[in-house]
Amino acid sequence: MDIDFLITLWITLKLALLTTFILVLLGMPVAYGLAYTKFKAKPLVEALISMPMVLPPSVVGYYVLLVYSPRNAFGAWLAQTLDIRLAFSFSGILLASVLFSLPFMVQPLLSGLRSLPDSLSEASYTLGKSKTTTFFRVLLPNVKSSFITAVALTFAHCIGEFGIVLMVGGNIPGETRVASIAIYDEVQALNFALADQYAIILFGISFVLLAVIYSVNRKNDQWKVL
Amino acid sequence: MESPVIYIDIEKTIITPSGKMNLVFKSEIASGELLALFGASGEGKTTLLRMLAGLTKPDKGIIKYGEKVWFDSFKGIHVASQNRNIGFMFQDYALFPNMTIEGNIRYAQTTKDEEMVDQLLELFGLTGFRKQKPDKLSGGQKQRVALARALARTPDILLLDEPFSSLDYKMRLSIQTEIKKAYQFKQTTMIIVSHDPAEILRLTERIICIENGAIVRTGTPKEVFADYEIITFNS
Repeated sequence: MDIDFLITLWITLKLALLTTFILVLLGMPVAYGLAYTKFKAKPLVEALISMPMVLPPSVVGYYVLLVYSPRNAFGAWLAQTLDIRLAFSFSGILLASVLFSLPFMVQPLLSGLRSLPDSLSEASYTLGKSKTTTFFRVLLPNVKSSFITAVALTFAHCIGEFGIVLMVGGNIPGETRVASIAIYDEVQALNFALADQYAIILFGISFVLLAVIYSVNRKNDQWKVL
Repeated sequence: MESPVIYIDIEKTIITPSGKMNLVFKSEIASGELLALFGASGEGKTTLLRMLAGLTKPDKGIIKYGEKVWFDSFKGIHVASQNRNIGFMFQDYALFPNMTIEGNIRYAQTTKDEEMVDQLLELFGLTGFRKQKPDKLSGGQKQRVALARALARTPDILLLDEPFSSLDYKMRLSIQTEIKKAYQFKQTTMIIVSHDPAEILRLTERIICIENGAIVRTGTPKEVFADYEIITFNS
């Protein structure tokens, strides 16, 4: 099998796995904060988190590139202090992917947490349990289907990312080239056999993940996506 | 060891179906007392329990448990529910759906005590259901689990929010017996929210009547219910 083909698949998989892992760690406190705290700017924060769901990926990619640029404060700080340039690098597409996929992790978790009665967490507090214990032992197990949905959707979404990865990563083979972009390239080069291989693999992964979500949610007798 | 006296002197504006109402409550509750808070719906009885539990903050005032200050609006003190050692039985039971019956009881314990779990399961007739999840139980069984779980923490005060609200007559009598058992189990101070004179007469030693957000009468159930107006108001 073509080594470039395998490397591209590995980068795709690595990007999706790392993005999902980071978002599991980041998405849980964000969803908890939005579900259980009150602050005036909450609608604005929620709107910002959900923006990638409605904006074209090229718009998000454009802004991310601007932020990464050494001509702007964050990019300059990264370059001067840490000697890191995020544009057109794997770290750059990873960070962009985390930002872009955040709503796919947060929204299912948030709707799951909001569907739980307040008395569950209150009962746990009156039993002397901390907020952390309550979250991991009472709240999270009772939104299990939302959690599985969030993880699977985030992963599936990352596997198929095109616009933002192309904008931020620049389609560099062996560095930032992922399967969805490779399909486009192979079709342009009239190399349909390789495009077919990429497409079948992406189709298979996405289908299996969605089938898992549906069967898990059917088992829990509820469908909690968005 | 006897529990210290609870001292409450609070004010709280609450929203009722008929608009805003100022809840003003000042009282002392003795150790080991079995007290009923009586009044129509929307008089602030549940809010009062929630303030004692630390789940709702009063607008101003003081709540003390013996020498411990649980709430003092003037000094900015508000002790969290976790640090009050209270047991709270919610109207909707609030059993954890992901845990078994014994899991719910075990979760409430500060230190693991399997003997106590067995004792509570037996006391409330739940031994046969210990491995079941709450959704497999009837309303009465869920209520008993909620009571057992609230006791598993060996609380200083047990707060029961309308513990008989959704039960038929036969089940009410049965749960009232369970509550008496629970009271005798540890002689814990108990505060029950209710608007049923019959169950208050059967269960409690003292009653505080709340009307329009204020205490209108206090005494033994027999003294209070001798008042014709209150009987008619409730019926």
